[in-house]
Amino acid sequence: MIGFIARLGTAGIHVCEAIGRSGWLLVRSIIRKPNFRHGFPALIEQIYSEGVLSLVIILVSGLFIGMVVSLQGYNVLEKFGTTPALGQLLALSITRELGPVVSAILFAGRAGSALTAEIGLMKATDQLSSMEMMAVDPLHRVIAPRFWGGFFSVPILATIFTTIAIYGGYLVGVHWLGVDNGAFWSGMQSNVDFRIDIVNGIIKSIVFGFAITWIAIFQGYDCVPTAEGISRATTRTVVYSSLVILGLDFVLTAMMMGGW
Amino acid sequence: MGKQRYTDFIVGLFMMAGIAAFVFLAIKVSGLTTFSESGTYRVKAAFTNIGDLKVRAPVTIAGVKIGRVTAIDLNPQDFKAVITMEIDNASDHIPTDSTANIFTAGLLGANYISIAPGFDETFLKNGGEIENTNQALILQNLIGQLLFSLKNPDKNTKESS
Repeated sequence: MIGFIARLGTAGIHVCEAIGRSGWLLVRSIIRKPNFRHGFPALIEQIYSEGVLSLVIILVSGLFIGMVVSLQGYNVLEKFGTTPALGQLLALSITRELGPVVSAILFAGRAGSALTAEIGLMKATDQLSSMEMMAVDPLHRVIAPRFWGGFFSVPILATIFTTIAIYGGYLVGVHWLGVDNGAFWSGMQSNVDFRIDIVNGIIKSIVFGFAITWIAIFQGYDCVPTAEGISRATTRTVVYSSLVILGLDFVLTAMMMGGW
Repeated sequence: MGKQRYTDFIVGLFMMAGIAAFVFLAIKVSGLTTFSESGTYRVKAAFTNIGDLKVRAPVTIAGVKIGRVTAIDLNPQDFKAVITMEIDNASDHIPTDSTANIFTAGLLGANYISIAPGFDETFLKNGGEIENTNQALILQNLIGQLLFSLKNPDKNTKESS
């Protein structure tokens, strides 16, 4: 019994330590004098590998999510004879929730895991320590560009996802199911508010991008430098990111609904 | 160097795609700006009851969208709702004796303003007012009247006449 309580306490202390280390890592890697001449090409490189290369999965899944929301929504709305409200249903559900959340979870699976694995392997093969030997700060050289790359990529990806999803819903709703084109767009425009729906969706995706890349770089930097440790760290990145996204989504939605 | 420039180019395209998507969301999805480049003019109309009409509701003629509601105010003197609407300059030949109605899209849909054109030779201008208005049909009132007339078929005819 005492052993159990002791283990519980140890686990709690470990969690607290991990949170402290991750916060310290974040502060040390992002708070510094910006070096545009060297930092900018590295940032572009990371936006390319995290953002541009995630574009395919974002585009395809966005298209299909928009199509399926449109199809499901049509079948429900048809029972009440209000199929012209399809545009409004589609746009609100996608700009508010599905766009930011699904694109963030896809990003965590596609790019967050890759970040963790890359940084973890650098650590396991002593690349980070050899950088320190050469008086190159690995936080500055390796971690910071990866963090900022993800931070900038996620909102862009979420915006593209939302657009493509609405286009997919438009294809299914208007071209296939025969909802009136004018009613579809005018219903959407008269019910979607720029500030409340679109800007808040983008704020959500910025917060998610921050959280995912923070978790990913910390798990990579903090992993046990073995093959097994890297695989565990990669799994943890995806699991923690997904949980944090869903939890934060609820908190942010509650804040935004409360007239924020 | 060639690879670096290629990456820069692709990232630039990616950023531009993001900005284009944002502009699409702002203009096409939320209808942030006026929907026409040819400009708009403002017309007022006073209604006894506007039902569930909201700002940014569409204004239509014959079912075609020609503008939107930009403001809803209450006239404190006669307790009428004063609707300000922005109408596209492309449709500037609306006779002054036209009638503005508030309709509902579908059975439970959002309210919108439908303008039935009149026959006058003078046309509405910026700052003009549509004199003839019909208030919104409110479903609850209709049901109430229907139930009342079903319950008291004799009294109803006397009272209402």
